[in-house]
Amino acid sequence: MIRLQREDFDPGAEIAAMTAGRTDIGGLAAFVGLVREMAGERRIDAMTLEHYPGMTEKKLAEIEAEARRRWPLQASLVVHRYGRLEPGDRIVLVVTASAHREAALASCQFLIDWLKTEAPFWKLEEGPEGAGWVEARASDEDAKRRWR
Amino acid sequence: MALRRPYLQPMKLLYFALFRARIGRGEEEIDPPAGIRTVGALVDWLAERGPGYRAALADPRLVKVAVNQEYVDRDHPVGPRDEVAFFPPVTGG
Repeated sequence: MIRLQREDFDPGAEIAAMTAGRTDIGGLAAFVGLVREMAGERRIDAMTLEHYPGMTEKKLAEIEAEARRRWPLQASLVVHRYGRLEPGDRIVLVVTASAHREAALASCQFLIDWLKTEAPFWKLEEGPEGAGWVEARASDEDAKRRWR
Repeated sequence: MALRRPYLQPMKLLYFALFRARIGRGEEEIDPPAGIRTVGALVDWLAERGPGYRAALADPRLVKVAVNQEYVDRDHPVGPRDEVAFFPPVTGG
């Protein structure tokens, strides 16, 4: 399942809902992305996430389908927020559940690596010196390439 | 035979993030010249429309293009009624 929302999410509640009544899940992996207060040497007061309505949902669904094609997953969830966030706020949640840990751990990392380079989101950081758009990092492309 | 009325089938262009800031708008409908049939030709034509467009679209490595919400390269065809989005490399997650 994928969700795009302005509101915060509760990782514990999401995991509880995903596993409720299920006895076929042997392990799950979760990744939570948060707003950091520092970007290198610069302090961050807030971050605004912009996205491409329509294409974002489509790409997230494609990325999730690709994970489910590659690994035997019992359940998967991607929740991504947009709008203005502050340091410490949650940005993204990825949860993958499988009969065994290997598929859960690997697919969770795959999902966040692919999401970072494929899903159309952009971050505008605000700090004491003003606002600026975050530039893509080559290391994110490298992280995605591992999964080819 | 009906007269050709190209403005009835415009192309919808979308700009996101830094590109929206530089170009000064998030979307517009245009009717490019008849010779514009690929993404590459459209980017080159747009870049001549003003300094904001040129600043956004100057470096091809930093210009991502989606036609009808799918990533495409410069050789991909574009035509009337297409939704063409231009944006810098993505930074979500």
